[in-house]
Parts: sequence; C-alpha cells; structure tokens
Amino acid sequence: MAITSIKNLKEFSTNNDRFEGAHTLCPGCAHSMIVRELMNCTDDNLVIASNTGCLEVSTAVYPFTSWDTSWIHIGFENAATAVSGAEAMFKARKKKGTLKDNDASVKFVAFGGDGSTYDIGFQWLSGAMERGHDFTYICLDNENYANTGGQRSSATPIGAHTSTAQAGTHSYGKKQKKKDIVAIMAAHDAPYVAQLAPNKWKSMAKGFQKALETEGPCFINTVSPCCTEWKFDPKDTINITDLATDTLMFPIYEIINGHELNILYRPKNVLPVEEYLAAQGRYKHLFKPENKHVIEEIQKNINEYWEMLQRREEARV
Amino acid sequence: MQDLKLKAAEKRGIHQLGGDELVGWDEVTQGIILTSFEGDASDIVHKKAEERNYSDFNSYTATVASWRVKKPVFNIDVCIDCQNCWVWCPDTSIISRDKQMLGIDYDHCKGCEVCVEVCPTNPKSLLMFGEQEDLETALSQWPEKKKKEK
Repeated sequence: MAITSIKNLKEFSTNNDRFEGAHTLCPGCAHSMIVRELMNCTDDNLVIASNTGCLEVSTAVYPFTSWDTSWIHIGFENAATAVSGAEAMFKARKKKGTLKDNDASVKFVAFGGDGSTYDIGFQWLSGAMERGHDFTYICLDNENYANTGGQRSSATPIGAHTSTAQAGTHSYGKKQKKKDIVAIMAAHDAPYVAQLAPNKWKSMAKGFQKALETEGPCFINTVSPCCTEWKFDPKDTINITDLATDTLMFPIYEIINGHELNILYRPKNVLPVEEYLAAQGRYKHLFKPENKHVIEEIQKNINEYWEMLQRREEARV
Repeated sequence: MQDLKLKAAEKRGIHQLGGDELVGWDEVTQGIILTSFEGDASDIVHKKAEERNYSDFNSYTATVASWRVKKPVFNIDVCIDCQNCWVWCPDTSIISRDKQMLGIDYDHCKGCEVCVEVCPTNPKSLLMFGEQEDLETALSQWPEKKKKEK
C-alpha cells in the first residue's frame, strides 16, 4: 500500500491529479473536491465504479472521460455490485497467477450519490457489505436527487424545500427525518465506517487512507454541498461546509468494527443551527413565524444526536 | 491477435474506440470503452500533467472556459504557497508543482470563486476580474494590505 504523505498541505499538493478538469459538474460543486482528495491520498492503482448520479453523468460525457484510472458505470444501483465483482475477479486471478502484474496493489472504490446510496442502491450496497468484499464505498451526500432536478431523497433533512416536497402555505418542505445511514452501515459490522466533510481536508484524507488500508468493506459518508439545489452562491461551498460541521448538522466521526466510535472534530464554538439554515435558500421558509417550531425541532434533533455520539464514544459499545 | 479481439468485440456489439472513427452516441449498443491515455499508462501516478500522453478522449483535452464570466487572477507576490486553493479547487485548475503555486489553468477553470474565498493572505493573492481584463491591468488594480480593525 503506497499511501502518500498528508502531513501538511504543501506535501499533499505534490501529488499528481488523476481526476481531470473540464468535467461538467456545476462550478463550485463539492463532489469533485472529494473525488480528487480520494485519488490524491494514495499512489495505488484504483478501480472505481460510479452509480448513476451527478458525478457519473458529468465525468463521462461522451466522447470524454475525466478519469485517469479504471472506471466503470453500469446502473443506478450497481456501483457496489460492479466493484465487488471486479474485486472477486482480481482475487481469483491473483491466486491463479494470471494477472499481468501479480504484485500490483489495487484498491477498489465505489462512488454513489445519496439517492443511489440511501434509496435506490441500498439493497445492493447492503449485500456487498455483507459479503465482505475488500472495497471502499463513498457516498457523496448532497441530500437530494440533484441530477434530475432536486427531488427529495431519504437523505433530505426535515424542513428542506425540494421539488417534490415543496414549501408553501400548507407545508414546510420535507416532513420526515434524515435516515442515519452511518449507523445502518456500522450495523453491518463493517471494519471502518465514517462520516467526513471536505472542509476538514486532513481528517478526510486520513479517513480515506484508513478505509483503503483496511481489509474488508468500508463505508464513508461525505457531505457534499450542492450550490444549485441548496441555493447558495458557488463560492460559498467551503463556508457552508464549515457551518455544517460547526453547527453539528454533520458531525465528523468514525466507527471501527461496528462499536468503537471516535469523534474526529469537536467545534470550539458550537454555532446555533439557524446560521447554517439561513445561509441556504432551501430553508428560507423556516424563518417565517409559523415555521419556527421546525427550527426548534432541528436543533433538538442535533443536540440529541450529538449527546448520543458522545455517550457512545465514552462507552465503546 | 488484435484483429481477433476487434472481431470478438464487434460480434458482441462493443465498439472499440481509438484509431478508427468515432461512433455516434446513439449508435452505442451495449457499452463503450474510452481510453484516457495513448500507449502505456501504468506509471501515470508519478507523471505530472505536462508529461502525460493524453488521448483525445480525456477531458483534459477539452475546455470549459466558455462557462466563465469572471476569472480568478493570481498575484504571485502576495502568495504564501499554502495550497488551500489547490486542495479545494473542484476543477483541477490550480497548477501546483513542487510545493509551489504557479498559476491557473484557464482551460478548465469555471470561475466558481472557491479559490478566492479560501485564500488566507491579506490582501488575497487570488481575486476575480472580468474575463476581458488582461493580467497587467488586473495586477495594477490590486488592493493594498488592509489593517486589522481593533
């Protein structure tokens, strides 16, 4: 395993990018920041599969590809399936000694959006995790189906306006809570599960390296602010991510072997969730007086979840 | 051997790209293979972008410069090579070699302004200017160092 140095940004920047520009992701999209970081934190050969989603449609616009590694796309739900098949074949051929380079170190990675991870590809992902293939699944969580016009997914948090859960006189947007995918994946007894954010580049790179090094199925959920559907200025992508981690809307933590929980980032000043909500157009309606109870509920949920994480970190169960 | 492979691919409806003419997107039947590089690509991770042998299918050879209304301009005199812009550029457009920031790849930059936002120097070493502005005029308009408000 050839991992590259992430001691500081200067050393990290000596890596040669394997994800090329001129893809058609929106300006300021966090997807490509996350993908670039994953591909820069290792020197190994990568075999990557992508679910259908923003990342797939915009990095493989025929006749162009933005990937400098082996990359495959099949269906909306099949990244985990495709990559586990490739991994099984690699292992079998390595055993037989029929590979071109039998000592080559290859890592298997799958990318999916939140739609294909939380909803459509969930069954396939769960199956691949259970079978215990040696791969890393990375969910780029932008909390809606951004590729098809911002429909609600089960990753959309309560109170958010989406094109199929609209805010108006009779509704305050989505009424259901977000699914806790990290806990579900940890319940598969996966050796490494984490939730990371691109603004904390070092903890993210560390998490990626850990996941690639670990044998067995690893799952990483990353927050990926979507300037188009969250309705903020493209330049604020990192600022919004800062707010998301500082208000604890997206706590950064890892779970090892299904029970050892470590919190990777504790904000010095925990900000009230209003600051995160006010920065985005999709929560605009929550600041009307009749929707005040939704903000209170969001804050209550965050506090309860943070409390739970801290207790679990202490208890190691 | 090569011919046999091509024939087998044709039988299964897979169009091998490279060399021959390009198939239209609506003619693709079962799947398609695009090669990112010409020739051997096994050591690509140790090669810088300018040393690589990109094929026509690699999006590195394409450009999205027309997406931009404003462009970031880089002032090397103020830069401290912190590489914040490199790590957070979504379009792989910051040219950084041997721990030094060298400039911006205007073929791939979409003008999202993230690099300007994360620049920590005072004044910022990256600022947005109109697309038509040339480098000298932009640099002559650079703001002075701001004093900290007490």
